[in-house]
Amino acid sequence: MTAPPLLLQALRQPDRLASFGLADWDMLIRQARKANLLASLHAIVNEHGLFAAIPAQAREHLGWAHALAERHVLAVRHEVSLIGQALAASGVPIILLKGAAYVMAQLPGARGRLFSDIDILVPKEKLDQVEAALMLHGWAATHHDAYDQRYYRTWMHELPPMRHIRRMTVIDVHHAIVPETAPVHPDPAKLRAAACPVAGHTALLTLAPADMVLHSAVHLFHDGELENGLRDLVDLDNLLRHFGRQPAFWPLLIERAVALELTRPLFYALRYTARMLHTSIPPDTLAQAAQLGRPGNALLAMMDALFLRALLPDHAGCTDSLSGIARTLLYIRANWLRMPPLLLAQHLFHKAFISSKPED
Amino acid sequence: MNISALSPAQLQQRLRERGLCIRTGPFVTRVHTSLAAAAEGIGLLYADYPLAEEEDFADFHIRLALPNGLRRWLKPQVLFLFDGTRTFKPLPADQAFPMFEWGLNWCVSSHAQSYLIIHAAVLEKHGHAVILPAPPGSGKSTLCAALAQRGWRLLSDELALIRIADGCVVPLPRPVSLKNASIDIMRQYTPDAVFSRQVRDTMKGTVAHMKAPADSVARASECARPGWVIFPRYEAGADARLTVVPKARAFMRAADNAFNYSLLGQQGFASLAGLIGASSCYDFTYSKLDEAIDTFNQLALPALLP
Repeated sequence: MTAPPLLLQALRQPDRLASFGLADWDMLIRQARKANLLASLHAIVNEHGLFAAIPAQAREHLGWAHALAERHVLAVRHEVSLIGQALAASGVPIILLKGAAYVMAQLPGARGRLFSDIDILVPKEKLDQVEAALMLHGWAATHHDAYDQRYYRTWMHELPPMRHIRRMTVIDVHHAIVPETAPVHPDPAKLRAAACPVAGHTALLTLAPADMVLHSAVHLFHDGELENGLRDLVDLDNLLRHFGRQPAFWPLLIERAVALELTRPLFYALRYTARMLHTSIPPDTLAQAAQLGRPGNALLAMMDALFLRALLPDHAGCTDSLSGIARTLLYIRANWLRMPPLLLAQHLFHKAFISSKPED
Repeated sequence: MNISALSPAQLQQRLRERGLCIRTGPFVTRVHTSLAAAAEGIGLLYADYPLAEEEDFADFHIRLALPNGLRRWLKPQVLFLFDGTRTFKPLPADQAFPMFEWGLNWCVSSHAQSYLIIHAAVLEKHGHAVILPAPPGSGKSTLCAALAQRGWRLLSDELALIRIADGCVVPLPRPVSLKNASIDIMRQYTPDAVFSRQVRDTMKGTVAHMKAPADSVARASECARPGWVIFPRYEAGADARLTVVPKARAFMRAADNAFNYSLLGQQGFASLAGLIGASSCYDFTYSKLDEAIDTFNQLALPALLP
């Protein structure tokens, strides 16, 4: 059996980093950079007090990534405060999703995490009001094509991404966490009702802990873009480790997965964090999640073959001859999960033959 | 061991197979390529550079490659791959060596955040650095090439690296990039210097690279203290003239030319303030290289810091 990629070894057992040689670090840094996890690696080395034990060259690269991440956190805080100001008059509660939520709630996963967009969740009936308020403060729609507008507004769970005309920052305004056309419908009202305030910020909320995990899971396992797949899996690992210290979290996680129709993504999330990152999950939680969300044996064998490849960094040090195919198949699957077959066929036909070239 | 110790065949084999680990200033780059144009440029202009003594670790892993498919044969192109990832649009294959140079600049300027990085030429004399920040077209590289051939040590033609930890100016001596008319001017001015083959029709016009003086390459680990920040401007027919620039304005102009000033936040501010504070700052107009060099040779050493 071949050894797992160095990046997985490092994420599973950070203490082993002290025994890595220079050649190991050369490969580890390349894998981590490709996976967008280099600054996270800095955070891990820092937390385990290993700086003195690693080669100077590696320290240098981690420091470079850390500088970028520090700047990123400042930029996110600034952007979030501007979004808050833009929406203050509307009185609409702003629920931050994903990266911005981790940063503002100062969750462990925020350390070193880089991302490009800020995602928020608002009630569907407030979309027009939110969009108007953002436009008034300098955000403009990015997809001008009439088909794209209809695609987002009719079928998707978000407005077309909006970009600020001066700062070029992008905000994704969601009203749900999966597309309207998807076969499962986690009720956004339930998510909003359970949302938690961010300490120190009156108008900001994040999803409740269990919901945050489930959102992260549905995003990773229903979305075809796995470029940051391992980073997203590390998010799940961080969230599970952090919230899982409260024993009450685990039964609640199962309960919410049932209520939100997200038992399948929860099953995958627990399976692949445990398999790839050795996240510790109570056995009865694993058993319950399997009972509720495990696919049949044949499908599971296929998903294992696909995800265990596609979740690795797309770097020469950790791909095999099937990695490319695995990514492609998961991309197709994600589109399949996004909308029913006829609609998907229409959409792909339009994208292939009618839409003009992408604007950006 | 320097690259010149390898025969052209050995060099090509290294570049094709395990990669060539070149040390330039504080960085080690592992280059892979089977393109003859790239190997030729590297063999010619990097002859004096040390092969990295430690082959286990490289800061940057780059590959210059031909794309697959028909493009290989029809109007061949070259790709710059940063550790397997395409970072730039492909260029015509005969631009492989300039692309290597531009790509290496990108590697440094977009990663090395332990330095404040200013788009500037840098030279040194008596332990002090003169930094020449300037937008393209101001004659920075021509002036830099001339100074490097007349007794000033070349630290860099493109990237001034100010180490955040201690404010030292860290050398990154690499070939000097010359464009269009500058190429012939420098060929006449320094007939002994080594130049790469001219490459036409690049995005910067015709380009050629001048080999960095061997002494500059050999002394690449000797840092310099800040000395002068001089904003050069070539102006046809003008006499060589230095004009004092107030420090606040010099600061802002240098910041405009920095790659990562705002990214570094407070550290960027502190580093740039340290640099400008310790330097004499001037605008400099010139038309004749000899006059320019005279002027630089007469620069007074900055007052020693306490």
